Amino acid sequence: MSNASPGSLESVVIVGASSSLARAMAACFAAGDHALVLAGRDTAELEVIAQDLRVRYARPCRVLHFDALDYGSHPGFVAECTAALGAPPDGAVVCFGMLPVQEEAQEDFTVAGRCLDTNYTGAMSVLERFAGVFEARGSGFIAAVSSVAGDRGRKSNYHYGAAKAALNAFLGGLQNRLHARGVSVTTVKPGFLDTKMTWGLVLPALLVTDPERAAAIAVRGILKRRSIVYVPGYWRLIMLVIRHIPGVIFKRLSL
Amino acid sequence: MDEPCKAMALAGWGRYKPAACHVYRPERRDALLSLLDGGAPGPVLARGLGRSYGDAAVNRTGSVLDMTRLNRMRSFDPETGELECEPGVSLSDIIAVFQPRGWFPAVVPGTHFITVGGAIAHDVHGKNHHRDGSFSSFVDSIDLWTPALGVVACSPTENADIFWATVGGAGLTGVILSVRLRLRRVESAYVLADYERCANIDAVLEAFDTTDENYTYSVAWVDCLATADSLGRSVLMRGNPALPNEVPPGHAGKPLRTPRRLNATVPFDFPGFVLNPLSIRAFNETFYAMSRPAKGKDVDYEKYFFPLDRVLHWNRMYGKRGFVQYQATFPPEGRAGLRAMLERCSIARRASFLAVLKKFGEAGKGMLSHPMRGYTLTLDIANAPGLVPFLGELDRILLDHGGRLYLAKDTVAAPATIAAMYPRLEEFRAVLHRVDPESRLNSDLARRTGIGLPARETHDV
Ligand SMILES: Cc1cc2nc3c(=O)[nH]c(=O)nc-3n(C[C@H](O)[C@H](O)[C@H](O)COP(=O)(O)OP(=O)(O)OC[C@H]3O[C@@H](n4cnc5c(N)ncnc54)[C@H](O)[C@@H]3O)c2cc1C
Ligand SMILES: NC(=O)c1ccc[n+]([C@@H]2O[C@H](COP(=O)([O-])OP(=O)(O)OC[C@H]3O[C@@H](n4cnc5c(N)ncnc54)[C@H](OP(=O)(O)O)[C@@H]3O)[C@@H](O)[C@H]2O)c1
Repeated sequence: MSNASPGSLESVVIVGASSSLARAMAACFAAGDHALVLAGRDTAELEVIAQDLRVRYARPCRVLHFDALDYGSHPGFVAECTAALGAPPDGAVVCFGMLPVQEEAQEDFTVAGRCLDTNYTGAMSVLERFAGVFEARGSGFIAAVSSVAGDRGRKSNYHYGAAKAALNAFLGGLQNRLHARGVSVTTVKPGFLDTKMTWGLVLPALLVTDPERAAAIAVRGILKRRSIVYVPGYWRLIMLVIRHIPGVIFKRLSL
Repeated sequence: MDEPCKAMALAGWGRYKPAACHVYRPERRDALLSLLDGGAPGPVLARGLGRSYGDAAVNRTGSVLDMTRLNRMRSFDPETGELECEPGVSLSDIIAVFQPRGWFPAVVPGTHFITVGGAIAHDVHGKNHHRDGSFSSFVDSIDLWTPALGVVACSPTENADIFWATVGGAGLTGVILSVRLRLRRVESAYVLADYERCANIDAVLEAFDTTDENYTYSVAWVDCLATADSLGRSVLMRGNPALPNEVPPGHAGKPLRTPRRLNATVPFDFPGFVLNPLSIRAFNETFYAMSRPAKGKDVDYEKYFFPLDRVLHWNRMYGKRGFVQYQATFPPEGRAGLRAMLERCSIARRASFLAVLKKFGEAGKGMLSHPMRGYTLTLDIANAPGLVPFLGELDRILLDHGGRLYLAKDTVAAPATIAAMYPRLEEFRAVLHRVDPESRLNSDLARRTGIGLPARETHDV
């Protein structure tokens, strides 16, 4: 099935590949002729996802262990990707994330800390390693799944929002640095997605997007080397409005 | 980590009387197993894409396990066509992946938006039943989680009784974890179809009996409003797979390629007055008039097998109150019953467009599988006052002629009715005693029709 040698295809590493969004994004890359490395903590589950992608798309697909919180392992991880693919990957996409229960984050410093450590520090740590390699080579693409929650802090999820906002600022700066070297950096900002993270939460049904559709929009934006991709696009407008609500009014809203 | 749970109102595709349910949607095998091993409050029930019409995939007590995210393909053998996959894989996924490679599910119902798990749990049939039997004829084996025996490998040769209880068993023997399924080779994406008008029920049955053997696929659309000499007038649509050199001229050289088309969608519930005897009559007249007799017409598989799938959410046409689908199968000697049922429908004018008639071949081995030799009539009936007594009348006709209802469609039938129609029910219950003596699995369908084990006397302390 997966005989096509990785060398002849573009390749991409999905970091944090076990979520339904990441799986759907991996499928879009595979359908677009990319060889894949799927990385994450639950390697047994990633093997199942990899098998599925091989059957469906007949593209090479490897699995590697990765923990966003194990910063010390990140330099070695980039080397492992290179070894698995026979060359450094063409792209790296960070998908992992964690949404704490807001009240727990308020009351328990360790929960708030883990939220920042995962969503920001983990992403920053691993992407800096890829950035160095891509910058030296003078090509590649980098992307991370952030969230519209990072566009303005709201009482329902501001710890998560703050970490994603930090990620946004980081990616903006990284893009500024790498542009001249021909490396693109894309910030993906989904609105509500129908994934495990939100299953059971009360959300406005019309604003919830399924992971396959979200992934198609995100991957198209990444491959077109867009700077910021709202998923779906109408969130750009919604967030434009939310960002421009004057503070005197905003502080009274329940968002 | 705890799996999240969502409270939601669930019904079947007919949207008849939704019930409040607690739904889990595991995305990993481990998560599913821990839900089954006590994580989910019992009783539990698996649910696929919710295309059964009645309450087979609804469970208002305990938990519902949405299987649609456990939809990974595990392996495919291009020598034998055997696909190993998780039960949440849909037929539309299988077709999208394998049709371009020259493979197709051997049995497909009238929609491709169903899961492999759902296809086994109702042992679904297609337009080729008279030739090939039902879905289970192409299932090599399954892995089934059961409350009493853990995970059991079953096939027609290994744990055969559990296998044949699970086929058609409406999710009551366990939760299917993995399936090996044989796909069939196809050489093109087309069916060469013959369209014939039949003036009445006798003519269409005559055509089934004399010439069905010339066709792999056979089905008839029936105008349920026609009366007297025209009672049961039909358009027969029968066909065979097209060979590569038989596809439309524009597709020569790429016989497996299908035309691209956009789906329409019904965005909201239609108000009740849209579907009424007049509009349906007009629809039926037009359809009959437009269906010109034709021979050897190229029809792509989507249009031939899944015409309704081109309108997403078409069930919303019946409005908020929903509808039921009534599928009645009469044995060959029950023709008079079929005629009586059509007469009753043409007088009552409740059944709407898209009544479908087909001749079944031999019954399979599933203990509660629906198909048996004879004729099967499928009606859509809007939920309006008097529906239940009307269905009771139809049930009476069916019982009097040795026929049976289909559990994937049934919505209101009583226990005695179902018991009289499924002579192997005791055999099925004997398997339940082994795999699930405490009824950790249950559904609204099982409680309503009593096909499960009798509820034990429990006393709250
Ligand atoms: C437009 C349309 C046309 C149709 N045409 C036909 C036809 O021609 N022939 C035909 O036979 N049927 C037909 N059907 C009915 C449909 O094929 C069946 O109801 C099928 O079972 C639906 O599958 P599902 O995935 O939606 O299952 P659901 O409706 O979600 O569930 C059906 C049953 O399967 C069980 N189940 C689901 N997954 C599992 C699992 N993993 N393990 C154990 N049990 C499980 C559930 O508990 C439930 O009892 C049609 C339906 C529609 C909407
Ligand atoms: N759902 C939404 O509405 C929504 C909206 C906007 C943005 N997003 C973002 O979309 C992305 C995907 O989330 P999802 O909705 O699909 O939720 P999810 O199912 O909860 O996925 C979370 C993913 O993050 C991984 N992860 C968490 N901590 C990790 C760590 N320390 N190391 C490695 N991987 C780790 C998990 O992997 P394990 O298998 O190891 O647990 C899992 O793959 C996230 O970045 C999320 O913030 C989601």
